[in-house]
Amino acid sequence: MDVDGDRLSMMPVSRGVPAAVQRGGRVLLWGLAAGLPLLFLGVFFAWPVVTLVARGFVTQDAAGASLDLSGFAEVFSEPRTWRIIGLTLWQGVLGTVVSVLLGVPGAYVLYRCRFRGRTFLRAFVTVPFVLPTVVVGVAFRSLLVEGGPLGFLRLDGTFGAIVLALVFFNYSVVVRTVGGLWEHLDPRAEEAARALGASPWRAFRSVTLPSLAPAIASAASIVFLFCATAFGVVLVLGGIQYGTIETEIWIQTTQFLDLRTAAVLSVVQLVVVVIALSVANRTRSRRERALNLSAATSAARPLRLRADAVPLAVTAVVVLGLIALPLVNLLVRSFQTPAGWSLANYANLGTTGGRNALTVTVWEATANSLRTAALATLIAVVIGGLVALVVSRRPRSRTGRRAISALDSVFMLPLGVSAVTVGFGFLITLDKPLGLDVDLRTSGLLVPIAQAVVAIPLVVRTVLPVLRAIDPRLREAAATLGASPARVFAAVDGPIAARSLGLAIGFAFAVSLGEFGATSFLARPDTATLPVVIFRLIGRPGAENYGMALAASVVLAVLTATVMMVAERLRGDRSAGEF
Amino acid sequence: MNTISTRRTTPRRLGLGLVGGIGALALAACAGTTDAGSGESGSSAASSTVTLVTHDSFNVSEDVLAAFEKESGLTVKQVAPGDGGALVNQLVLTKDSPLGDVVFGIDNSFATRAIDEGVLAPYTPEGLADSAAQYAIGDGALTPVDLGDVCVNVDHSWFADKGLAEPVTLDDLTKPEYKDLLVVTNPATSSPGLSFLLATVGAYGEDGWEGYWAKLKDNGVKVVDGWSDAYSVDFSGSEGKGPRPLALSYSTSPAFTVSEDGTSTSTGALLDTCFRQVEYAGVLAGAENPEGAKKLVDFLVSDAFQADIADNMYMYPANADVALPEGWAQFAPLSPKPFEVAPADITAHRDEWIKAWTSTVIG
Repeated sequence: MDVDGDRLSMMPVSRGVPAAVQRGGRVLLWGLAAGLPLLFLGVFFAWPVVTLVARGFVTQDAAGASLDLSGFAEVFSEPRTWRIIGLTLWQGVLGTVVSVLLGVPGAYVLYRCRFRGRTFLRAFVTVPFVLPTVVVGVAFRSLLVEGGPLGFLRLDGTFGAIVLALVFFNYSVVVRTVGGLWEHLDPRAEEAARALGASPWRAFRSVTLPSLAPAIASAASIVFLFCATAFGVVLVLGGIQYGTIETEIWIQTTQFLDLRTAAVLSVVQLVVVVIALSVANRTRSRRERALNLSAATSAARPLRLRADAVPLAVTAVVVLGLIALPLVNLLVRSFQTPAGWSLANYANLGTTGGRNALTVTVWEATANSLRTAALATLIAVVIGGLVALVVSRRPRSRTGRRAISALDSVFMLPLGVSAVTVGFGFLITLDKPLGLDVDLRTSGLLVPIAQAVVAIPLVVRTVLPVLRAIDPRLREAAATLGASPARVFAAVDGPIAARSLGLAIGFAFAVSLGEFGATSFLARPDTATLPVVIFRLIGRPGAENYGMALAASVVLAVLTATVMMVAERLRGDRSAGEF
Repeated sequence: MNTISTRRTTPRRLGLGLVGGIGALALAACAGTTDAGSGESGSSAASSTVTLVTHDSFNVSEDVLAAFEKESGLTVKQVAPGDGGALVNQLVLTKDSPLGDVVFGIDNSFATRAIDEGVLAPYTPEGLADSAAQYAIGDGALTPVDLGDVCVNVDHSWFADKGLAEPVTLDDLTKPEYKDLLVVTNPATSSPGLSFLLATVGAYGEDGWEGYWAKLKDNGVKVVDGWSDAYSVDFSGSEGKGPRPLALSYSTSPAFTVSEDGTSTSTGALLDTCFRQVEYAGVLAGAENPEGAKKLVDFLVSDAFQADIADNMYMYPANADVALPEGWAQFAPLSPKPFEVAPADITAHRDEWIKAWTSTVIG
């Protein structure tokens, strides 16, 4: 036995195991890698959503259950429905186009140029993305309202205000997704084009832009989903006259319990989302190619005031005007009290608010938030990482490719389905699911799971472009040299993916910290998270509670920025000068 | 690219370290969650835990709740899945497998929907005060716990500065001198908004209220989505120092704008514009712990809890004999004659009224 063992261990694994067994093992492993995420998404997303939507189409009467699709005709015959669909698409398209137009120069400045304070700035632009909408709504509206600092723009309650707010939220998605790829793009191709006489614009357009296309398409598809399904921000800034499919589903479900109308609208929303995803997928795959990736430090160069004037100016206007202004407004107001400027609002965070507005102190809620977000991040990174890994493969067979592209889209769906549908779906499916003796709906365990469902698509979209950009020849070379698939993964995919993993962890953590959709339906006052207590404080009268809500929002913003900064550092750019 | 093998360990180790760190945090989170959730599985624990389904405004002083838990031997677990209509609709959806044992926070605008849908098991607590019993509905299905008025609030100093007389009635709000001064909330998305819609139905009747809203709209009424938006951003009398001196809020809100010396308040409620909101509690049908549920409802109408309501929830206790906080009589009085609509009428017409309101006011 000893001898056998020795001989085996000296032999390359590929020769020690019959090929068929090896292939079987590999299929099993990939099956597991794809199956675990599918199971997770199936139980915690598809089942609740499908069950709730099905209730809208099934009528129970004396004769038993029967399928009733008359809701479609009814809902579509109302002109309001068409207006809502139109507004949803408009908002999605406008929000996406503006975010991309402003975000690409931002990605250049923040990821391709070196300057002092870059890490801080990168984290700073992410803050809006995770602030609860009720806070953003107040921060934005108090700027835009008549008599406010920007009241002269007369934007309050207009469509323009909604689009601006959508860009405010989603700018960082574009900057980060595009920047994450851009900073690793080998600059030599562009330099060669320049050396051959191309203008900077020409070199950008014909060399850099095509290489960035997968990341831009990725970012645009996420941003479109966020814009087209935006809920809180639309209600706060535009009111019901700019209602979208999402706000209408919310009203029909929570206020009217008209599940028939809600179900029809959910199907419409799903169709919009699937179309958007497949367009994005097609753009991505047409453009997709293995890129020459280099270390970030070698690709970045010092910021040049003159040569980089255009992207620099665009970024400065966006960062100062659109992002900093509402946040600074929030910060300044958090120091205001009826008695003048003071730190009282922050000192109050150790209390439960004026007249006990809360069950826990804000600091306790912060600890709850951190704990839940950590758990949610763990789930999201494991599941999202597996999805990215499976989806990054390029099988030879057409069926294989189709399956993979379907898998890719399926995991984006949580971004495109209404939080209220998920939340109400949880309520009717997850009482003692799978034979467990725990009512998941009220146990508190569901909160990190709900957050993870939302964070998974972001993890996938962050890790995937990097994995896909790995030159397959690297893997082939490793395999030819006798490395087992596991070894190839450890030596090729792993190190490159790890760099994007830090960012994915940051994103997942930050999103989980700020999640206030499905979470709000699962809230337990004794384990309330930070966004939940902020929402609660701002919903109470009294200067003390209002001030505390602002201070707590600042805490959430600082926490988010810190998480993103740490994630940024952990990517290891500095420690790994080259790899 | 050929240098890939030389430094590859650094990022990987960092990645692993990070995952490890998060894993440790997550384990801590698991432990925390299990602690918080202990006692909810297993049949022996079921009888000692009672689950209260409520809205996020529910609050009670720690010592009052602790005294109840000690005396009854029960542990109260709270879940807050939503408020107003959302709370009732969630109960309707989950009636085959209820979210808990007791509900608190169903108000009179959604009360009969909950009763008609069979969400509640009738139970009339012992010792319900007569002043509270007048609001009871559904043959004991719902027990009144607290009440309050939703009224238009006014910023006294704004009107004093302009030398303009404050409006008094609903009709006044449609007069040209008060053009563009009022902000209200949307009845489809906010429960005070729905109450104010009901106030106008009560005032002008089923045939007249839409005409009133058309006039309000012509007079520049602003509609926002939620209370916090209206009060904190648009209202000039709040911390937000917004542009509008008239905002829909509660009759108790002026108690929060009392001056430092406690002698005056900078805002007031227009008591001729109010709708009375009554909040109810009830035992949920199919509760796992019906005996504990009954004890909890008893507690909600007990003197100890009733006396705790005003300070914690800004509502009036349903038991009128319980003392109110200082200053409430002066700064936060209830309306002597709020507008009324019968709960059954509300259930029958609520959705249709909201839709009619939406097409009249929003278009």
